[in-house]
Amino acid sequence: MSETTAHIQAPTQAHSGQQHPIRLYLLVWGLLFVLSAFSYMVDYVGIQGYARWSLILLFMMLKAGLIVAVFMHMAWERLALVYAILLPPPVLVLVFTALMVSEADYTILTRLAFFDTAP
Amino acid sequence: MAQFIQSHSAPDLRPAGLRGVAADFSSDQRAFKTASWGKAMMWIFLLSDTFVFGCFLLAYMTARMSTPVAWPNPSEVFALHIGGQDVPLILIAIMTFVLISSSGTMAMAVNFGYRKERARTAALMLVTALLGATFVGMQAFEWTKLISEGVRPWENPWGAAQFGSTFFMITGFHGTHVTIGVIFLLIVARKVWRGDFDEERRGFFTSRKGHYEAVEIMGLYWHFVDLVWVFIFAFFYLW
Repeated sequence: MSETTAHIQAPTQAHSGQQHPIRLYLLVWGLLFVLSAFSYMVDYVGIQGYARWSLILLFMMLKAGLIVAVFMHMAWERLALVYAILLPPPVLVLVFTALMVSEADYTILTRLAFFDTAP
Repeated sequence: MAQFIQSHSAPDLRPAGLRGVAADFSSDQRAFKTASWGKAMMWIFLLSDTFVFGCFLLAYMTARMSTPVAWPNPSEVFALHIGGQDVPLILIAIMTFVLISSSGTMAMAVNFGYRKERARTAALMLVTALLGATFVGMQAFEWTKLISEGVRPWENPWGAAQFGSTFFMITGFHGTHVTIGVIFLLIVARKVWRGDFDEERRGFFTSRKGHYEAVEIMGLYWHFVDLVWVFIFAFFYLW
C-alpha cells in the first residue's frame, strides 16, 4: 500500500475541466507581452549574427512553451497525451530540417558552380 | 492494488509519470484518460497542422538557403513610415501584440466558461474574435502594401524571387487559419450566449450534448494559431 501511493496522482480537476486562477493567465499574458517586446527589440536595436539568432530562438521557445503549457493547459494534462502530442513535432521536424539543410547546401553549391551568380 | 483498477469514474487513481504513460497506452478502450474525445481529437488535428506549418517553414528555409541572390531584409520591407521616419517591422510587432492579447482573452473565456458565467464567457469570446478580425485586417493592409510595391510570387524589387511566394504562402495560410478561427469563435460564442451548454442542448452537426468544454477546445485551436504566429514571427520576420 505504502509503495503504491507514491505513484498515485493527487486528485485533480479531472472532470470539472481546467480550473486555474485568473491571476496565472494574466501573468502569462504579461510575460508573453514582455517576451514579444524583447524579440522585437532584437530587430530594433539591430543585433546581428549568432547573438541575433540565439536570442530569437530563445524568446521564441519561451513564448511557445508558455502558450502550450499554460494557455493550452498541457502542464495539467496526463503525460500520455503530452508525449503523444509534443514529442513527434520536434523529433520529425528536426530530422526533416537536417535533410533539407544538406539538400539546400547541395543546391546552392551547384548553382554557384554552374550559373556563376555569386552574390 | 485496488488503486490500479481502471474505471472512468475514478481516473485520478491512475499512476503518474512514465509508469502512467505505459499504463495509459496499454490500457483498455482509450489511452487519453482525462482528455475527452473532443479534446483528444482537437489535439490530434493540431498535431497534423503542426506538420503542415512545419513543412511550410522548412520549404522557406530551403528556398532561402539555396538561393545565391540576397534575401530581402524583412526589417526594411515591413517598415512603416511614421512621423517622418521609417520604423522597422512596426506593423508586424503590433499584429503580434494583437494576437497575444486575443490569446489572453480566450484563456480567460475558457476560465469563465468552466465557472458557468455565461455572459462573461460570450463577451470575452467576442473580444477574442474582434482582435482576430483586427489581425486579419492588418494582414490585408500588409498584403495590399506589398503588392502595390511590386511583390509577386515570382518577383520582387529587393532580391531573391522566392521571397514573394514564401511570404504569400505562409502568411496566407496563417491568415486563413485566423479567419476560420474567428468564424468558429462566433459560432461557439453564440451557443454560450444562448445557454446551450447550461441545458446540454445537442449540437446541430454532431448531435452530441453541449458542454462548456467546447469553449476550451475552441481555445486550443485559437492558442495554436497564436503559437504558429510565434514561429512565423521568429523565422520569417526576424531571422
